[in-house]
Parts: sequence; structure tokens; C-alpha cells
Amino acid sequence: MTEKPEFWRWTESRWTNSDIDLKGKVITAGVDVGSVSSQGVILADGELYAYSNMRTGSDSPDSAMKAINWAMEKTELNLEDIVYTVGTGYGRVNVPFSQRAITEIACHARGGNFMYGPTVRTILDMGGQDCKAIHCDERGKVTNFLMNDKCAAGTGRGMEVFADLLGVSINDVGDLSFDIDEEPQPVSSTCVVYAKTEATGLLREGWPKNKVLAAYCSAMAHRIMTLLERIGVEEDFAITGGISKNKGVVKRLEKEVGIKIMETSKYDPQIAGALGAALFAKALHDKGKK
Amino acid sequence: MLANYGYKDGSGDYFITIDTDKCNGCRKCVEACPYGVMAVGEDENDPFSDQEVAFVTEAERKKIKYTCAPCKPGDTIPPCINACEPDAITHSW
Repeated sequence: MTEKPEFWRWTESRWTNSDIDLKGKVITAGVDVGSVSSQGVILADGELYAYSNMRTGSDSPDSAMKAINWAMEKTELNLEDIVYTVGTGYGRVNVPFSQRAITEIACHARGGNFMYGPTVRTILDMGGQDCKAIHCDERGKVTNFLMNDKCAAGTGRGMEVFADLLGVSINDVGDLSFDIDEEPQPVSSTCVVYAKTEATGLLREGWPKNKVLAAYCSAMAHRIMTLLERIGVEEDFAITGGISKNKGVVKRLEKEVGIKIMETSKYDPQIAGALGAALFAKALHDKGKK
Repeated sequence: MLANYGYKDGSGDYFITIDTDKCNGCRKCVEACPYGVMAVGEDENDPFSDQEVAFVTEAERKKIKYTCAPCKPGDTIPPCINACEPDAITHSW
């Protein structure tokens, strides 16, 4: 039997800043165990030193461990070198080596502030199974937030389902969705399952793959827009999470909102939550010393 | 902080918004709610704040459309909103 290709499988990543000399530095960490992906971030004196971004397994403590171990790979660090760890995300209470759990809302605001700078006021985190719209001040403190985790419409998992249905690698969805003659009407934006049914129907009608992708990206952008309307969008506006890597959704959302979305950070935008957690870990460690 | 608890689904928007800058943590909403939707505790989205604030319990966040329905017939003001002296609570529906 031939193995079925996994089109949804997005690229995992890890990074180390080899310019940093760890000697005498305070090492803190943040671990974000999400529903679809997990990240580990390590800071040296509050500076980003290493991170990892990988798929979450069925066991949260195990995923947390794997994420932090992968972030530490090829570095001289051991778990014992980390003086304070904060857990965040769905599995935040299941990070065995953490000293504290903090909500992903607070962590994304803090991490987004670090990644995109103090001018960012609206952070939209488009995660695997939820979507968070957050307003924050210049220090990354939350001023307004809204989270939707009841419905899968507009989530990363929804996009994975579509990549698999159409046999297109999830990394190519964005570009291909613009390789069309004209922008189609969006598919159903209220439910991933119905959107999938609708897409199957469109394929049967003879729609090319790219046009169906365009219709889904557009539905997702529309769905997110209706959520954003509740709290409004203040500039600067940045997106974190896996979907932020999908131009097909980001460009269409930008058009709907009518506000320019900040360029994606040079770091993996999926690490925002874990990065925020690591920054909180540093602040909590410093506070504890005083 | 405006904390919006709830969800949007195919049938509409169901959010309870708590203005944590107005909330004084008096617990009157907790006493007024017959269904245990409201609670008061540390502000989980502001780790450095010592002020206790009201929030919607984790268990109820995804079903307030149903849990809150008996308190909202017609134009009735729900007991949680009535009980809140600083006017920190609003419902979106």
C-alpha cells in the first residue's frame, strides 16, 4: 500500500541565536502547548536565544517536554539551567517543569509586543483551533480581548482540512489561491464541515483547485473580519499564529479590514505565545528576587 | 481591560463583557447569578495585577446562550447586570 501524502503537514522550525554568550546570563523559558502546535522559547537575560515550533502530540506534558528539548538541542543548556518557566496555551497546566501557567491571551499580547514593537495595538492570533483578537497598550498589556474557540471556522485546523482535501501542500495554499482568473464568492464561512462539503461540490462542478482555495481563504478572511468587528481594529495591526504565514488569508483580510497588516516578523510568528510566556518568566523571576 | 467571554456561532454573537477597570471584585454578580456563570478571582489575563475581578467560569464560556437564556426573557435586565453597582457587565445579545 502506498502511503497517503500528508498535505496538511506544515514545516516545523527551530532557531538559535549563536551570537549570544550564555555565560552568567539568566535563562528563562516559555512553553506554549497549543491544540495543534507547541512551541518552546528560551531567553538569555530577556533576549531571544532559541526557539522551537512543532506539532502537538496526544500527550500535553510530553509535547511540552519535546518542544523545550528541541529548542535546547545543539545548545549547552539543560532543563536545570532554566531558572523560571511559564506555560501557556490549551495545555498550560500540563507543563510539568513550569513554575506558573499564564493565559495565552496575556502571553500573545506580551509576545506580539516584543516581536512587532511597541506600536502594535491589535494582535490577531490565528491558531490551530481558536482565534483571538487582542488589543494591547505600548507595554503589551491587554486592554481588550475576544476569543473564539467554540467553532472551527477560521482556524488553522480548517486550513489543514482543505489542504488535504485538495491535495495541496499547506505551505503553497496562499500563493496558489491567487493564481486564479477572478476572485470567486467565498464558500460557507460558518462551519468547516459544511465548507468542505461545499468545496467538494464545487470541484465536481469543475472548479479548478486554486479557485476553490481562493473561495476558502476568502471565507476565512470574512469569518475573522466578523469577529474583529466586535472589538474593532486599531493600528498597528499584526497577526500571529500559523495562519499568518498564509498570504491567501492575510491579503484578503487586509482588504476587508482596510488597514495594513504589519510585515510578518523575522521570527516564526507561531512562537508569539511561548515568547510572551518566556518574557513573563523573566519578569516573574526578577520580581521574586527583589 | 474589556474581557469578552463567550463565542460567535452560526446563530449569533454571545459575549459577556466585563470591564475590569470598573469591576471592584464585590462578588454581587456571583451571588445574583442563579447558574454559577460568574466568578471572582485573580485576573488571569493580567498576571501582575493583585486586584480580584469578575469573570465567566471556564465551564460556561461556550454555552452562555443556553445557560443565560432563563434570565433574559424579552427586555429583562439579567440579575448579574442589575447587581453590578459599577456597571462593569454587559451582554452582547
